[in-house]
Amino acid sequence: MLLIRCPYCNAERPEVEFVYAGEAHIVRPVDPSQTDDDQWRDHLYVRNNARGLHFERWRHIHGCARFFNALRDTVSDKFVTTYKAGLPRPRIEDIKESM
Amino acid sequence: MTQARYPLSGDKIILTGEHPVTIDGLDDCARFSLRIAPSQSAAASAALGLDLPVEIGGIASSTGRLALCLGPDEWFVLAAKADGAAIVSAFAEIYGQAPHSLVDVSHRETGIVIDGPLSALVLQSGIAFDLAAMPVGTGCRTLLDKAQIILMRETANRFRIEVWHSFSEHIWNFLAAVRREPEFNI
Ligand SMILES: [Zn+2]
Repeated sequence: MLLIRCPYCNAERPEVEFVYAGEAHIVRPVDPSQTDDDQWRDHLYVRNNARGLHFERWRHIHGCARFFNALRDTVSDKFVTTYKAGLPRPRIEDIKESM
Repeated sequence: MTQARYPLSGDKIILTGEHPVTIDGLDDCARFSLRIAPSQSAAASAALGLDLPVEIGGIASSTGRLALCLGPDEWFVLAAKADGAAIVSAFAEIYGQAPHSLVDVSHRETGIVIDGPLSALVLQSGIAFDLAAMPVGTGCRTLLDKAQIILMRETANRFRIEVWHSFSEHIWNFLAAVRREPEFNI
C-alpha cells in the first residue's frame, strides 16, 4: 500500500486514510459576482490535468482530518513532497535539487 | 423515543491457552470532541485539569480524565460518565475568553479493549500502518478494516478502540473472527 506523509501528523500513513481533493493553488475570485461566465467556469471547472508532476490537495480524512498540498507524479503515482495548506507553491527546481 | 443503546457493554471474549487475548466491551463513559485554537489551549488545559498534548497522537491523563490530540486543533476527551457535567460547566466558564467547541459525543461511540500478547497481531490484520512502530501512550484516528476508529495504545499489549455504534458490531465480529486465527495457528 502507498504511504503518504501527512505534514500535520508528521508521519507516513497508509493511503486508505486519505482522500484526493483536486488541483491545489486554485485561487477563488475575491468577488465572484464581478467575474463573467467564462472566468467563473474556468475557476470552477478548468484544470491542468497534468501528465507528470501535479500540485494537488489531499485530505487526511481518517487521521488528523486536515487538508494539505502534495506534489505527485500522475504517471508513476510517486509523491515527491507534501506540505501544509496555505504555504506557497514550492518551485519544482528547488525540490529536485534537494532530492 | 430515542433510547441509549450500548451494544457491546459487558460483552467479553476470552481466549486462554498459549496466546491469551481478551476483548472487552467497555461500560459507557463521557466523551467529548474539543476544538480550540492551539494558542488558546492553555485555557482549555486549565478547565480540564491536565496539560493538553500539543503533538498529534499525544495523550495526557489526570484524575480519571484523558485527552488525545487528534489534529492541530482537535482533541478527544474521555472521562467517567458522572464527570461529564463537570467538564461541560468548566468549559462554559472559559467560553468568553477562549472560544471553542466542546461537543458531547458520549452516545456516539463505544469502547473496546483488546489485551494480551497477540493483541497487536490481531489488530494488524485490519490496520494498514505498522503497529509495531506505534509508541505506548499514543493514539490516532485510523481505519480498522473499513470502519473509522480511534486507537490508543495503553501498554505494549493493551489497546483501546473507540468506534461509532453503527460500526461497533462489525468491529466486534471482525476482532472475534481474527482472534481465532492464532488459536488455529493460521
Ligand atoms: Zn494527518
